Amino acid sequence: MTCSEFLALLDDLIDDAVSPDTRTELQQHLKGCEHCEVTLNTTRKTIEIYRSHEIYELPASLRERLHAAIMARCKKGC
Amino acid sequence: MREKSSHFPWEFSQPKRMATIQSVAGENEQHPDVALVEQVRAGDVSAYDKLVRKYERQVFRIAQHITQNREDAEDVMQDAFLKAFEKLDQFQGNSKFYTWLVRIAVNESLMRLRKRRTGKMVSIDEDVETEEGSVPRDLADWAPDPEQNYSQAELAEILRKTIQGLPPGFRIVFVLRDVDGLSTEETAETLGLSVPAVKSRLLRARLQLRERLSRYFRKKQGGAK
Repeated sequence: MTCSEFLALLDDLIDDAVSPDTRTELQQHLKGCEHCEVTLNTTRKTIEIYRSHEIYELPASLRERLHAAIMARCKKGC
Repeated sequence: MREKSSHFPWEFSQPKRMATIQSVAGENEQHPDVALVEQVRAGDVSAYDKLVRKYERQVFRIAQHITQNREDAEDVMQDAFLKAFEKLDQFQGNSKFYTWLVRIAVNESLMRLRKRRTGKMVSIDEDVETEEGSVPRDLADWAPDPEQNYSQAELAEILRKTIQGLPPGFRIVFVLRDVDGLSTEETAETLGLSVPAVKSRLLRARLQLRERLSRYFRKKQGGAK
């Protein structure tokens, strides 16, 4: 397996959507390719960081104000 | 390339899949959202209150990622929930309330963006060829737990700046798929894109974000920061 072939399957590997045979091939490639290992691990970390950090926080005060406005309009039948 | 002696702990571990937001109900079981929608339809507005509270954060986040403007995101959030309430009769119980709501929020966000850009067509359909492409160039390893080197505020700023640099069509696919936890099919349906288009954008979005974050998180020469 070449690095390009590995890269083409990177998303499927991350999303756990590869067959056991393909997984073995990917694992074989990783054993000898530091670059692909770094790419895989740092891409996983990228997703994990974005998933675990809320970068656009909605402050409670603003949330309550918007919420009250929405509900007031809905009660009037929008 | 050298033979490696160590692996990161997360290598080949089962990915931490975020539970799909609406995967609680089984095939034949009614989803709690559908029950709430039915209560609203029967005249119980307080049931809508529950739906708003459940999804307000996600709707606001999506609106922020698309409009990249705080004021617009607040308006979008308000308008999306009002429109969803108005159109509740059109909601088909066989689709998921959340993906239906996200579709409304995405359309409202694009309309808002169009207004701000004085009528200039804004689309997430175009497939953009970026200079960065999808070939990893920064192959330096990252420091272990690189986020520990920054305060919460610094980290949030880095993550915002980094994702804002992506083309809008890549950004929204990444947010729906990887942050919100929608499936590829749900993301495609929500954005009116094909499944291959979502897959192609997701790969490029992930790799471009990785490349950009490497500037901050790579191991420093002569020892980690």
